[in-house]
Amino acid sequence: MKCGILFSGGKDSVYASYLAKKYKNEITCLITIISENPDSYMFHTPSILKVKKQAEVMNVPIIIQKTKGEKEEELRDLEYVIKKAKKEYKIEAIVTGSVESAYQASRIQKICDNLNLDCFNPLWQKDQFELLNDLIDNNFKTIITGVFAYPLNETWLGRNINNQLIRDVTKLYEKYKINPAGEGGEFESYVLNCPLFKKELKVKNYKIFGKKNSWRMELDII
Amino acid sequence: MILLTQICNKKFHYFEFIKPIEDILKKEKIKFISIHYDKVSSDLVNKAEKIIISGTSLKDNSFINDIDKFKWIKEINKPILGICGGMHILGLVFNGELKKQQEIGLTTIEINEGFLGFKGKIEVYELHNFYAISREFETYAKSINCPQAIKHKNFPFFGVLFHPEVRNKELIVNFSNI
Repeated sequence: MKCGILFSGGKDSVYASYLAKKYKNEITCLITIISENPDSYMFHTPSILKVKKQAEVMNVPIIIQKTKGEKEEELRDLEYVIKKAKKEYKIEAIVTGSVESAYQASRIQKICDNLNLDCFNPLWQKDQFELLNDLIDNNFKTIITGVFAYPLNETWLGRNINNQLIRDVTKLYEKYKINPAGEGGEFESYVLNCPLFKKELKVKNYKIFGKKNSWRMELDII
Repeated sequence: MILLTQICNKKFHYFEFIKPIEDILKKEKIKFISIHYDKVSSDLVNKAEKIIISGTSLKDNSFINDIDKFKWIKEINKPILGICGGMHILGLVFNGELKKQQEIGLTTIEINEGFLGFKGKIEVYELHNFYAISREFETYAKSINCPQAIKHKNFPFFGVLFHPEVRNKELIVNFSNI
């Protein structure tokens, strides 16, 4: 099927893209929403402009839509951009990296149903440790670009998702119930390389912003 | 052994509608065989102690045209749990009618006593454009729109319109432990 991927550049949406291709679907376009609201109900925001670099190395067109990120307005913006992808690229389905959020998943399901598109959520309900291990097993190079919960701090920024990180997250999960894959918004990530990329992306430079247990890393990618 | 009957005709839906059920069974160390309805043989049905029939996506509903491939349901008397599309199948096999009713997202329903260990108000996850129910079933829960939990009057056949693999995973565990 011709699929449009709701794409944030983080591990979930890139891994969902990888599974879509593995199951013989065509990644027809990427759809990225840039929310001006850092607390958006629907969308992850850090490093989102870097998705253009990922689209380049995936050799896939990307549609970027800005939204003010207010609750109902961002849903209208999402519907608008999916409609645009259907018209421009003749997509037949949307693929998301939703894991747990019933709020996010049900809104996207409704939009797809209104637009007569199928909706695939290949990471839905997936065990969070299984997801991190799958990334490693499938040669994903992913770094942490944001942390947003106690006791996470700036030392986590830029770390690779590897076995050591999984061990460290496991300890935090046992003690603080930190969601290991960060779907509760505890941390966010950026994929530098995976089997869908023609070449690995490199971090040329970065800036770190934040305080206490909320830190963000803005990347300059080449 | 539980026979998990898959109704997804688009294979990529496996991850959303089948794998979460498989993961619950694996976690509980319950033996199962997971297979598409086209490949369900009478041998497999005979070997199974219980049967779960999955759901699928809103647009992946071609199983509706294959109801005759589920005739085996009428020939057995072992526990069956139909989830969403699986509940449509139970209703249709017993001469029920398919009715249009969309519900998507979280909603609260109230379950009457005697339904797989559930009773009272629970929050459920919905994803359907239709429902089907036949007169041979009794309703144990309703949303404001339509029946949500049904049980056959004479056989241990259970149907839920909501998705217990998303919210209320214990329902699948309780069914497996009947």
